[in-house]
Amino acid sequence: MDTKGQMVLANRLTDGHVVFLAADGGWVEDIAGGALASDQDAAQRLLAAAQLAESRNAVVEPYLIGIRNEAGRRQPVSFREAIRAAGPTVRTDLAD
Amino acid sequence: MYRYDEFDHTLVAERIGTFRRQVERRLSGDLTEDQFKPLRLMNGQYLQLHAYMLRVNIPYGCLSSRQLHQLAFIARRYDRNFGHFTTRQNIQYNWIKLDETPAVLAALAAVEMNAMQSSGNCVRNITADQFAGRARDEIEDPRPWCELIRQWSILHPEFSYLPRKFKIAVSGAPSDRAAVKLHDVGLYLRRNADGVIGFEVLVGGGQGRLPYVGHTIREWLAKDDLLSYLEAILRIYNLGGRRDNPQKARIKVQVNALGPDEFRRLVDEEWAQIRNSPLLAVPGAEIERITAYFADPAWEKLPDAPVAVAGQRKSDPAFDAWYRANVVEHRAPGYAIVNLSLKAPGIAPGDLTADQMDQVAELADRFSLGELRVSHRQNLVFPDVRQTDLRALWQELQKLSLATPNIGKLTDIIACPGLDFCALANTRAIPVAQDIGRHFSDLAVLQDIGELTINISGCMNACGHHHVGHIGILGVEKNGEEFFQLTLGGSSAEDASLGDRLGRSIPAAEVPVAIEAIVCRYKALRQVDERFLDTYRRVGIEPFKEAVYGNSPQRRQAVA
Repeated sequence: MDTKGQMVLANRLTDGHVVFLAADGGWVEDIAGGALASDQDAAQRLLAAAQLAESRNAVVEPYLIGIRNEAGRRQPVSFREAIRAAGPTVRTDLAD
Repeated sequence: MYRYDEFDHTLVAERIGTFRRQVERRLSGDLTEDQFKPLRLMNGQYLQLHAYMLRVNIPYGCLSSRQLHQLAFIARRYDRNFGHFTTRQNIQYNWIKLDETPAVLAALAAVEMNAMQSSGNCVRNITADQFAGRARDEIEDPRPWCELIRQWSILHPEFSYLPRKFKIAVSGAPSDRAAVKLHDVGLYLRRNADGVIGFEVLVGGGQGRLPYVGHTIREWLAKDDLLSYLEAILRIYNLGGRRDNPQKARIKVQVNALGPDEFRRLVDEEWAQIRNSPLLAVPGAEIERITAYFADPAWEKLPDAPVAVAGQRKSDPAFDAWYRANVVEHRAPGYAIVNLSLKAPGIAPGDLTADQMDQVAELADRFSLGELRVSHRQNLVFPDVRQTDLRALWQELQKLSLATPNIGKLTDIIACPGLDFCALANTRAIPVAQDIGRHFSDLAVLQDIGELTINISGCMNACGHHHVGHIGILGVEKNGEEFFQLTLGGSSAEDASLGDRLGRSIPAAEVPVAIEAIVCRYKALRQVDERFLDTYRRVGIEPFKEAVYGNSPQRRQAVA
């Protein structure tokens, strides 16, 4: 699995949950299942697909995030996006 | 408790119907997100980092056991088994699905609650002293006036699209437990020289990026003039408040740009034109009707300070510690006000699980005439507890981890949801509160420190009231890392003040140690019975800078 590059993250319209754009144009909750763009052209193609999905009311506020490799796993570069991807760092006792 | 009349029921039901149709249109694509966002915000629904958040009003902090059971039901059925009490006497659910929101609003309406105007650029939930109607130092119960203002401001056609949000707080007591001076409009019930009760009116208080303590623009306002005077203030703001820059759109910026005297002049000029409008007269029959809902409950005739309770306190130091920290004098003999601490060590401040909600509601029925309150410091209150029941209640609260004897103490921390939930935040706030709570878990140490508030915000928007904590903690992001800036000397009470910045920000891991250093310096400097805030005001910031940053030249340079 590729572990560096960019992915598209958004909120799903119906429940607001964080989702990643997948290679087949669908949206998945697991970062490992999302499409990873390894260069800028690929990233822009992902973003364009996400914006189309936004206009079709599948998701809200899609945007590109940087991904780095951490022990063989995809990890958002920014702290904020890491929390978005993994969920709150508190109240993990009450996670869904 | 106020009960909805037919107009309230109709208004809330119609509003839910309207929002249900708006949600359907959003889901079907008839509304874009840009079109829908202001509509959902006016119904209390935000889109946060992980999901939709719903903010529910608890008007002036009053809640019945029936309502709390319903909040538990909503947490369990529609959310993830917990809710978060905020600094504005609201409860927030963090995981409400958009398509289920109308059902949640209907469940709230079934117990006469709503989320209307809990967001958006309109008049928000009216907040009040959590001890309203019960405090011994109270001049008059503020709740009927809060309810009147609520009715006046809900769906007010002129004030639904203000430059920015608008917050009003009311206190009926000279001891300010409602942060009145930090609101867009603050009202204190006061007696004039003739002993007649009216309102002192403050404007332009607020926190956020540009914090200000409010200015008194009228020392005393007759009750009959309340709505016309508020209308005049809102009109001056609505007309002259800035709409070009959201950061400068609050009334505090307008008031402080014009100066309070000029702002007062403009308000008086407007007021002169509308003061005698029959539409804005305080309707005597209506205020009587509202006031009747807040009549004293059927308190029993009981002896005050019974010997048995004194004996229990003497024989049980743990009960005595809780009594001294969490129990407050009640104006009815034989009764007490009890604070339930939502700040057990390691717990997210203000959080309550669905099971806890149900159990607290049952205890409210058993011990507090079925009523409870929510404080802006994110705790709960039982307003009517028989003094002879205190020990039994304390034992029950211990089982729920709601009996930590820390009200007003260092670990009674205000914290915003921070970057764990909030789309605006730069850093987390809850883990910092948890770390401090664990670091200072020794109750004897807390008691020795005495009154000391810590308020934490995860960004400059200051939802965690960091400007007015005796110690304030503000999260700032630096190159992807969380850092925290400390301020000292803030207060949200009647002696309101804004904290002074201590020095450079420090990493999260160093925060408890820095607090420890500040506390140690305070203990070394304090005079007999002098609380931290007063010591700080007496000695200034320098000794505390030295305590946290040391006094080597390099460190002093870094602080500067």
